[in-house]
Order: sequence, then structure tokens, then C-alpha cells
Amino acid sequence: MATLEIRDLHVTVEAENATKEILKGVDLTVKQGETHAIMGPNGSGKSTLAYSLAGHPKYTITGGTVTLDGEDVLEMSVDERARAGLFLAMQYPVEVPGVSVSNFLRTSATAIRGEAPKLRTWVKEVKEAMQRLNIDPSFAERNVNEGFSGGEKKRHEILQLELLKPKVAVLDETDSGLDVDALRVVSEGVNRVRETGEVGTLLITHYTRILRYIKPDHVHVFSGGRIVESGGAELADKLENEGYEAYAKHDGVDTKGGASA
Amino acid sequence: MAEAQNSPTLGSARAGGPPPVGSTTAGSIAVAAESTVATRMSAPPSFDVADFPVPHGREEEWRFTPLERLRGLHDGTAVAGGNGLKVEVQAPEGVTVEAVGRDDARLGKAGVPVDRVAAQAYSAFEKASVVTVPKETVLTEPIRIAVHGEGGTAFGHQVIELGAFAEAIVVIDHTGDAVLAANVDYLLGDGAKLTVVSVQDWDDKAVHVAQHNALVGRDASFKSVVVTFGGDVVRLHPRVRYAGPGGEAELFGLYLTDAGQHQEHRLLVDHNVPHCKSNVVYKGALQGDDAHAVWIGDVLIEAKAEGTDTYEMNRNLVLTDGARVDSVPNLEIETGEIVGAGHASATGRFDDEQLFYLMARGIPEQEARRLVVRGFFAELVQQIGLPDIEERLIAKIEEELEAAVA
Repeated sequence: MATLEIRDLHVTVEAENATKEILKGVDLTVKQGETHAIMGPNGSGKSTLAYSLAGHPKYTITGGTVTLDGEDVLEMSVDERARAGLFLAMQYPVEVPGVSVSNFLRTSATAIRGEAPKLRTWVKEVKEAMQRLNIDPSFAERNVNEGFSGGEKKRHEILQLELLKPKVAVLDETDSGLDVDALRVVSEGVNRVRETGEVGTLLITHYTRILRYIKPDHVHVFSGGRIVESGGAELADKLENEGYEAYAKHDGVDTKGGASA
Repeated sequence: MAEAQNSPTLGSARAGGPPPVGSTTAGSIAVAAESTVATRMSAPPSFDVADFPVPHGREEEWRFTPLERLRGLHDGTAVAGGNGLKVEVQAPEGVTVEAVGRDDARLGKAGVPVDRVAAQAYSAFEKASVVTVPKETVLTEPIRIAVHGEGGTAFGHQVIELGAFAEAIVVIDHTGDAVLAANVDYLLGDGAKLTVVSVQDWDDKAVHVAQHNALVGRDASFKSVVVTFGGDVVRLHPRVRYAGPGGEAELFGLYLTDAGQHQEHRLLVDHNVPHCKSNVVYKGALQGDDAHAVWIGDVLIEAKAEGTDTYEMNRNLVLTDGARVDSVPNLEIETGEIVGAGHASATGRFDDEQLFYLMARGIPEQEARRLVVRGFFAELVQQIGLPDIEERLIAKIEEELEAAVA
């Protein structure tokens, strides 16, 4: 069973003439089949955790370990991490000019699976996955994320999640900027992947709204660069009612947004 | 830091403003009282080099060009010699190939030199080469012209003439090392169809400055494919005029500008007769320090050119820091009685975030870069309509990328 283990992770980022520590000792274990929600106010370091796991060059790991099935993730390049089974659904998916969605998906699937998928079954696989996410077939010929609306970008991320079948999926604020209909479609996509029981999901969110559609097994409150409280789904209800104020003492972070939506 | 910019043109009236980086302007129209395309040149067209002052670099037509790297082509100090230039013409049966003198009536019929280097080429060449496809001759095999340099300096003049309703494909390959100034004339008779593929695959030190003049006959169609990979400085100036209504011109260009290279493509389509079409699509990718690509797209619709349909587009993809693009579309319209006129220019960057996104989906770095560049050029390459040329171009692009990325 695939297991992602994060131990005492410390991460810094370079900001105007200063090095700033964002993650201050994160401990978390995500097993295949489990869904963990990480909730926290803006600026608490949630996204830094997501990007650090994926290997974004902006972030420097200064301490701790991350392993996937015992393999040292931090030693791997970005593409190696993806091929090892890590997937990051990004909050702000990047436009890639000149590369069509269909070409991108196939190149990616070929890299992840280690061989080019058979064309006939692949076309069908993509078409069906797109249908389930209400993605218009014309998307296949558009350039990756170019001119996509916010909701289209998120559905495109979940399309990749469904096709690439990672061991551990990190969803970085996939719910932000979505209206209720789009949120439902995206959540259904995530649930389909979860129901296979083959993926561990780390759902990073500011709001409790998405947890009505995607039921977590574990909820963690993130504040000041670390997990400050962990519990079951009931912890999300507490956050919905009380917001993040109770955790503000850990750091001078913005708690005004609140957890409910 | 990379600089990718669109620069403004001079002149009293022109279409659209300089678009910002990464943006697109399309379809904007201005009506010019007087052609700024013509008036912003520093001297009127002439066959005589003495009619042009030596450029100092601030002239509108020279302001992007590194004159100090032209090896004297612009100031009269370049002298033909060294190992010269080897030109081989491979023509199918029915085609005539002649070497003629400056007095031949066909020379200069398609266009007159508009700048000092083109006039220098005209004043200094020894023999011009004239390739003629007789009227109503439809070639099934391309005419191949191999231009190969081994370090010499040369001035050239090439004429390709198609009689009425003749059809031909011409592939001109430039390889090796040379300092070359040339004029190339394309004369298309009524209803003729000519496709010319000019490949600049020079060695790193080569300097190549050329003016291409096409005169498109009534109902004739001209397709130009300019492909520039190599050279230290390549500066090409394809120009199109029409000899009668119903003419069509498609000008496609593809360039891959590496570290230190200056590749400049200046185009002019002069809609001087009614009911003609033109379509210009140039795309370039740049990588490496001081890679510099310049694209000037001038389209002039003269007052008498009613029923004109024209579009021009330039796209640039900046792959690394340190490269620079100047892209200047310029559309001048002297009549409102046209079918359509538009232009677009956009310069985008392949940046670290794009690379991260592709790699985060398991795609290795080199493959990610290739994916982006291939995709960028694919659409243009498919428009060329010559399968063997398309394959060769794709193979060449791959090869260039391999060399640069490795």
C-alpha cells in the first residue's frame, strides 16, 4: 500500500533580500485510500506544502524528509516525482502556448505509464473522462490552459488526475474560484478517483464548502507553517462554526477570511 | 534578463499601436494620407549603390541591424573573393538555366533595390543566373538550387521566371560559410503557380543579406517559405507586388534563433492592383544569450487596390533568458473598399512555470521544451503543403533543439 510520509519538513523561500521560513516542521502520513483535508487561513503555508512536495524550484527544503513508499521524494526531480506517483492539482494551472491538450495528455500519460497508450483505447479513455467532467470535446485541440476560464482550468486538472492515476494526489485549493455547479462536477471527479481506493488524497482548502462533497477521513488545521490540530471530519464542522480565530495565536496570519463559505 | 518587446514604427499614420509583450492586436485599420512605408526609407529605390548613403544605423531600415557584423556589405569595403560561392542548379527537363549580364531585360523587372546592400549586390555581381520555366509547363519535380559557401565573399543575382500557367516548386538551400549580398527576383506570368522554399542553414559565421522581389501576374499564385536556422547575421527582405488582379501571395516564415545570432525578416506586400490577396505568417523561436530576431511586416494597400484581402501575423516564442525580439507589424490602407485587412503580433515566453507544469505531469525537461517548440511550429509547417519539405523541416527543428538543449 502506497504511503506518503512527511517528517518534520522545513521549507524556506527567498523574499526580498531575506530568507523566510514558511514550513516549520510538518508531520503527516497519507496512505493510499485515505483522504486528508488540510485547512488553514491564507498565508499559513498550505500551498507551500503542496508545491514543495511537487518540487517547485522556488522552495528550498532546509530540513526533514518526504518519502513515498520509502523512496526519498526530495532527491527526485519534478518529473521523477510525478512518475513515482505524486500528482499536484494546481491552484493556478499554467498556460502552455503551442501545446494542445490532447498532445499534452498523451505525452504525460506516456511518461507516467512508461509506454505510449494504445491510440484506440486512449482516445476512448480521454473522451469518456472528458464527458464525465462536462468538458467539451473541442478542448482537446486547444492549447493547454490558454484562454480557459477558472472552472475549465480546474476541470482540466481533475481530468489529468483521472487519466494519470497517481498514488497520492495533492489538490491545492481546487475548490477556489468555482461556482457551486463547477464545484460539484470537480468533486465528483475527485470522488471517482477516491472510490478506486488506489489513491491517497491530500485536499488543501481554505473553505469547508468542498468537504460537503468530498468527505475526508482526517482533517488537519494548518497554521504558522505546521499542523496545529488533527481530527476527524467533525473538526471541519468546528472550523465552519468558529473559523480560524482560535488558531491565530500561533502566528500573525490573516484569519479574516474565515473557514465557512 | 530577457527582453521581448514590440517596437513602434515611425510614420504619420499606421494601423494599431505597438502591442505589449504577449498580447495580440488584430484587425486594426488606419487610413494613410501618404505611404510611410516608402517615405521612411532613407533613399528612393535604385540599382546604383552610389545613390545610397552609407548607413550609420539610425535609419529606420537599419536601426535593428548590427552593421558592424555585416563584414562591410553596407559600406563598400566588402570585396568579392576568397573561395567565392558555389551555386548549383538542378532543373528538370524543359527548364532553362542561363548566366546573363547586367543588361538582361529580365533583371530588376520584379523590383529595384531599396537599400544600400541590395544596390551593392546589384552593382557588384558578375553574372546573374536566370531560371526559366516556359509557359504552361507544369513541373512534377522541384528545381533545386544549392548555394554553398566556403568562406568567400560574394554578390549574387538570381531570377526565376515562370511563363503563363506554368507551375513550379523551387528549393533554395544555403549552407556553409559565406558573406553574401543578393537579389532574388521571382517573375510569375498570368495564372502561374510558384512555390519557393528558401532555407538558410548557414554555418555560425555566415552573413547573408538579400532582397527578394516577387512580381505576381494576373490570377497567379506565389508561395514563399523562408526558413532561417543558421548564420551570424541573416537579413532577408521579401517584397511582393502584383502585375494584375486576382493574384495571391502567401509568405510563410520560420526561424530558430540561437545564442548570438541576428535574424531579421522584413516583409513588404504592396497591394498595388485591385482584387489581390496576401497572407503572411512568420513564426520564430529564440534561445540563448543575445539571440535577436527582428520581424518587420509592412503591408500597403494603395488607393487603387480595391477588393484587397490581406492578413499578416508574427509569433515569437522566447525559450530562455537573454533573447530579444522586435516585432513590428505595419498596415497602411489608402482605400476603404477592401475585403479584409488585419495584422497580429505576439511574443510569448516559455518560462520556468510552464516547465514546472509539464514536468509535474511526468514529462522530462528536454521533452517538455521540445513539446512546446514542436507545437508552436506545427501549425505553420502544415500550411506549407509540401510533405517532403515539412518532414525535413520538422527533422531540422528537432536537430536544432537537440543541439541547443544538450
